Amino acid sequence: MHAAATPVEFLWLIPVLPALGVLFNLFVGPRAGRGAVNVVSPAVVGVAFGVACYAFSRVFGLPHGAALEQDVYPWITAGMLQVHVAFRLDALSGVMILIVTGVGFLIHVYSTGYMHEDEGYARYFAYLNLFTFSMLILVMADSLPLMFVGWEGVGVCSYLLIGFWFDKEANASAGKKAFIVNRVGDAGFLLGVFLIFWHLGSGPHTLRFTEIAAHAKDIPLDTVTLITLLLFVGATGKSAQLPLYVWLPDAMAGPTPVSALIHAATMVTAGVYMIARLNFLYILSPTTMAVVATIGVLTALFAATIGLMQNDIKKVLAYSTISQLGYMFLGVGVGAFSTGIFHLMTHAFFKGLLFLGSGSVIHGMSGEQDMQKMGGLRAYMPITFWTFFAGTMAIAGFPPFAGFFSKDAILAAAFGSEYGSWWLWLLGLIAAGLTSFYMFRLVFLTFFGDCRVDEHAKHHLHESPSSMTMPLVVLAILSLTGGWIGLPEGWLWGDRFGELLAPVFSAAHVSEHMSSSTEAALMGASVAVAAIGLGVAYLFYLVQPGLPMLLAWKAKGAYNLIFNKYYIDELYDALFVRPTVTLSNFLWRTVDAEVIDGVVNGAANVVNANSGLWRRWQTGNVQQYAISMLLGAMAILGYYALR
Amino acid sequence: MTLVPISLYLILGAILFTIGAVGVLVRRNVIVIFMSIELMLNAVNLVFVAFSRQLQSMEGQVTVFFVMTVAAAEAAVGLAIIIAAFRNRETVNADELNLLRW
Repeated sequence: MHAAATPVEFLWLIPVLPALGVLFNLFVGPRAGRGAVNVVSPAVVGVAFGVACYAFSRVFGLPHGAALEQDVYPWITAGMLQVHVAFRLDALSGVMILIVTGVGFLIHVYSTGYMHEDEGYARYFAYLNLFTFSMLILVMADSLPLMFVGWEGVGVCSYLLIGFWFDKEANASAGKKAFIVNRVGDAGFLLGVFLIFWHLGSGPHTLRFTEIAAHAKDIPLDTVTLITLLLFVGATGKSAQLPLYVWLPDAMAGPTPVSALIHAATMVTAGVYMIARLNFLYILSPTTMAVVATIGVLTALFAATIGLMQNDIKKVLAYSTISQLGYMFLGVGVGAFSTGIFHLMTHAFFKGLLFLGSGSVIHGMSGEQDMQKMGGLRAYMPITFWTFFAGTMAIAGFPPFAGFFSKDAILAAAFGSEYGSWWLWLLGLIAAGLTSFYMFRLVFLTFFGDCRVDEHAKHHLHESPSSMTMPLVVLAILSLTGGWIGLPEGWLWGDRFGELLAPVFSAAHVSEHMSSSTEAALMGASVAVAAIGLGVAYLFYLVQPGLPMLLAWKAKGAYNLIFNKYYIDELYDALFVRPTVTLSNFLWRTVDAEVIDGVVNGAANVVNANSGLWRRWQTGNVQQYAISMLLGAMAILGYYALR
Repeated sequence: MTLVPISLYLILGAILFTIGAVGVLVRRNVIVIFMSIELMLNAVNLVFVAFSRQLQSMEGQVTVFFVMTVAAAEAAVGLAIIIAAFRNRETVNADELNLLRW
């Protein structure tokens, strides 16, 4: 973090390229037709990916821990606050821009197939490019205010894309819900930024990360705890953690590629990225670290249990995403920052893949999302099936798939790190078993067993076009191999990913001591629970399909509680939504319509009545006017004459 | 030739002005009102010229020329308005030209 920065002149290209795509899609796209939109929208992101690869190779060439920087222009100069639009590319943001542009490019390509029948084609790609732009600003920003610009930008794009089919009431309100819940978190984030500014001491402040890092030690510990907790509130909103996770399942109302890009691979990981970026601040407060880890592991477990009983294919994946994000927070919460980012990356691969695969299934099923009406799709959609299977193996944590390495590293850190403890590890392990169970339940219900598709949909059942299957294949390969750059210590080339990121987290060195036999035992336990999850799902949904029903009947109370998602939405509705609506109605109908409008109209009425009296003076008779003029003139003259 | 004292000019001007003012106030015909206005203007002109002579100063006479010019222009515009009003309303009675009221 403190190493010298190399100024470069090309970093601005990376976010600006998708921004050009936005302009094209807004102003030219609707007239240029689908062919042009099809080429331009993915191409700008693809070129940005190329530039990002070049930039990343430059970061490699720098001395250990250095970064590329570009100061574009001074943005806010107001007294003590001097914020510049400046980009910073170190190993951490380098990994992020590769994920955003790389996975983003694949999802843009996929979208050209998925959305090809939609009316708002150019609008869709304008939003998608705008999202890519905002996300790149978020991860490349050199200062907290600029990061906040990206943070809000991705929120707006999320809102626009969730409500993309806004002619349906449910979609529009899902978008609103996402936006409002995120506002709650953003308020916390903003307060955290203000507090940092407040405590930086005298002199002009740029709020750059390097500046904050340099002053971090001067801030009193209690304040650091408050700041980091407030910023973490922002992260719980953006990254859908307890208690602000409720918007993410509803966000599935948007087009499926959007769910893959925004609500799985990139935007929802912004909170994890923010904590990793501010690791030097978080590491100072053990309280915050404990809160982050606890919230993370509880979310992982909580969302996994809800995922067990969802029947909508995208809802299962949504709760799975919340759960996996919980793992990432567990990782950064126990001080394993690079491991958290590692899981962020592998998750982007396999969850992006799973969402795109589910999109392919929905596309083939003519829009059906209920897994109870699927089954046996393996025969109809072989590419989708095999790639989806690879993604499932990865998320369930079977070696040598990517998820195994990243999830295992998080669990190992939860057990062995100085911030960790055995119960964090145990809860994480249980969640891993549940993950394996619900993912294989999804696979078995969708792709195996008897075909429960109705006749009409069966007639149209088909494998998706190559524009959709190609990204699936690429992501499947990444889900298989993506974990190999972060092998456990002592395996072949070891943890290259951790070594790459280590300089970014140099301020936050966390000791982690474990014997290799403990490590092997933890790893064995992870694989064992994954296998148990697979086995139980196999038993429940292929061997004895009656068993889940029987179990649900035996444990009716617990089943109903989980099936209804712990009634959290109902609770929030009663606690926050309905009182707000009642209050708003009171303010509208009584305060606004009666009190305020009454005062305004009353003032007008008084003036009106008065002037009704006085306007009678205007008779329209010229000679009367002449008399008043004469009398007036005489009065004035008389006044001066007699004075 | 004996000099006429200025007080006689001023009395004549006051009489003419009063006739004009009363005419404006009491007559109904717009053309007569108009003529009464001219009478008032010329009453003032007479006073100007009288003082100009009395004070041996040209400024009063200069002002009179201005007043006459303006009065001529006013006569042209005023008569045109009266004709236009007559064409529309078929009357030049000031009592009946009272559309501009509440």
